[in-house]
Amino acid sequence: MSEPATPLLEIKDLHTRFHTLDGTVNAVDGVDFDVYQGETLGLVGESGCGKSVTALSILQLLRCPPAEIQGRILFEGNNLLDLDREGIRKIRGNEISMIFQEPMTSLNPVLRIGEQIAEAAKIHKRMTRQEAWRWAVEMLRMVQIPGPGSRSKQYPHKFSGGMRQRAMIAMALSCNPRLILADEPSTALDVTIQAQIMSLMQKLKEEFNSAIVLITHDLGIIAEMVSRVVVMYAGKVVEEAPVKELFKDPRHPYTQGLLGSIPVIGRKEQTGRRLQEIPGIVPSPMETPLGCRFHPRCHKVMNRCQEQEPPMIHLAEHRRVSCLLEA
Amino acid sequence: MLNYLIKRLLSTVPVLIGISLLLFFMLRMLPGDPAQVLAGQMATPEEIENIRHQLGLDRPIYEQYAVYLNHLARFDLGRSARTQNPVIEEIWARLPNTILLAVVAISLACLFGIPAGIISAVRPYSWIDYFVTTTALFGMSMPVFWLGLMLVVVFSVILKWLPAGGTGGWQHVILPSFTLAAFVVAFIARMTRSTMLETLSQDFTTTARSKGLKEQTVIVKHALKNALIPIITVIGLQFGLLLGGAVLTETVFAWPGLGRLIVDSILARDYPMIQGTIHIFGLLYIMVNLAVDFIYAFVDPRIRYD
Repeated sequence: MSEPATPLLEIKDLHTRFHTLDGTVNAVDGVDFDVYQGETLGLVGESGCGKSVTALSILQLLRCPPAEIQGRILFEGNNLLDLDREGIRKIRGNEISMIFQEPMTSLNPVLRIGEQIAEAAKIHKRMTRQEAWRWAVEMLRMVQIPGPGSRSKQYPHKFSGGMRQRAMIAMALSCNPRLILADEPSTALDVTIQAQIMSLMQKLKEEFNSAIVLITHDLGIIAEMVSRVVVMYAGKVVEEAPVKELFKDPRHPYTQGLLGSIPVIGRKEQTGRRLQEIPGIVPSPMETPLGCRFHPRCHKVMNRCQEQEPPMIHLAEHRRVSCLLEA
Repeated sequence: MLNYLIKRLLSTVPVLIGISLLLFFMLRMLPGDPAQVLAGQMATPEEIENIRHQLGLDRPIYEQYAVYLNHLARFDLGRSARTQNPVIEEIWARLPNTILLAVVAISLACLFGIPAGIISAVRPYSWIDYFVTTTALFGMSMPVFWLGLMLVVVFSVILKWLPAGGTGGWQHVILPSFTLAAFVVAFIARMTRSTMLETLSQDFTTTARSKGLKEQTVIVKHALKNALIPIITVIGLQFGLLLGGAVLTETVFAWPGLGRLIVDSILARDYPMIQGTIHIFGLLYIMVNLAVDFIYAFVDPRIRYD
């Protein structure tokens, strides 16, 4: 893998806390990772591990307060957290855009699809109404919506789930962003539509040369789409690896558990094997366990895991793991 | 669309018949004899009997209802028992006053209530939100007659800026319309706040922000447009109620509108007049509701009548 030396996005020691009446919730607790120009990075973990909050923190789409974001988010060298409201607004949808999980609720039900796609182009590319609308139709064609001209005049309720997600992708790509944050873009869709959406994203990514941060809990999608994976657990990064190495040699017991829970059909050594599961659930961010956060669910737990927080161990470039077994 | 309109207009007929039925029999259950009221304290039994005969009150009640319904079908609301003038003329004379007051009050309410609700929702639990919600609480719980009297005391008696009552120029409209608007402003502000809070936290609002839209675009174009349905419902219902005449406000400000007409008619047991005005209220209310339903389709593309 020959990646350029300076990352497009560098996240350093990101903390996102929510101050609620019941106390402070550390949703993201010291996360760091890099994203390079043109690559697809996978962000993996169970629900509630802080993946989406990380993405929303990058664009500062969380309501502050109750949220509080600390750390550094360097985009092309500039810290996004230092920008004022107007500054971050110019980045949103223009340099960095986002695709959300729920196509059914992420589109505005009372505005025409074309209008919703044209909006970003109008504001960021200073297009006139007509230009922006023509551009929106062009984008709909690009995401393979048949009859884009007439479809652009329709409202979201006339679109199926897959079509809405295509429209969302058209919206996210309309200003040719450098980075796309895709938060579970296919989770809410049928399996066949999922594959279509994913291959469409892959194709457009290459066409536009954008980088993608793909947030998902679906390891099948990870295997197909991404080059590098960051595994998160309870608000922290527990492992990072190029995708092939991760599947071949997962180091963190959590990653091992995740991979073990995928059913593999037809492979000899898998026949008759019980599907592995990770016992328990992700701890609530308000009562994270002492020591290693994974220790109550870990099958390789040692005594010191309960007291000592595991350090991040760098094994190679883009290969790190946070586990006391490696220390 | 046209089919729907025709259907809706036809459906007003059974509603109006329902109103007539309820109205007719409820009125006759009221204590007090209209003939007695008309004839006065000093009348002899023969005189009262005479008036009763003139009004047709000596006939069986179902016969009275049939006659009334028959007239109604020909849009004949009869004559006032009290003034002998045709009921429709008296209503015509008062209706513009009531409509004027209702329109001014509802416009004031929208003008202040919707922005107040939006500001409140955009900055929830800030001092401005507390200010708006507290003021709205006052607006909703203040008795209208008391508010009206206080406004008269301050602006007419002490400051002498505005007339205390009656009709005339625009000055006469200000105090009664503010009095009427107080409750409606508060109601609209609270409704706008709660629905805006909801739409502002929905996914599509985050999508709109993620596109880099200006905050006011997110609020007005994306959130407010979605919040409009319940707000319009409230405005429509309140407007319908205001058209029914604001009895207390019209009384406090000696405003010659339908509200006072109906109170006076009830006190005089003027059956034709009461029946006529209430039918007009019913009709206006139905029309406002119909208009609201059509505005829905205009605001929300998911609502279609075909």
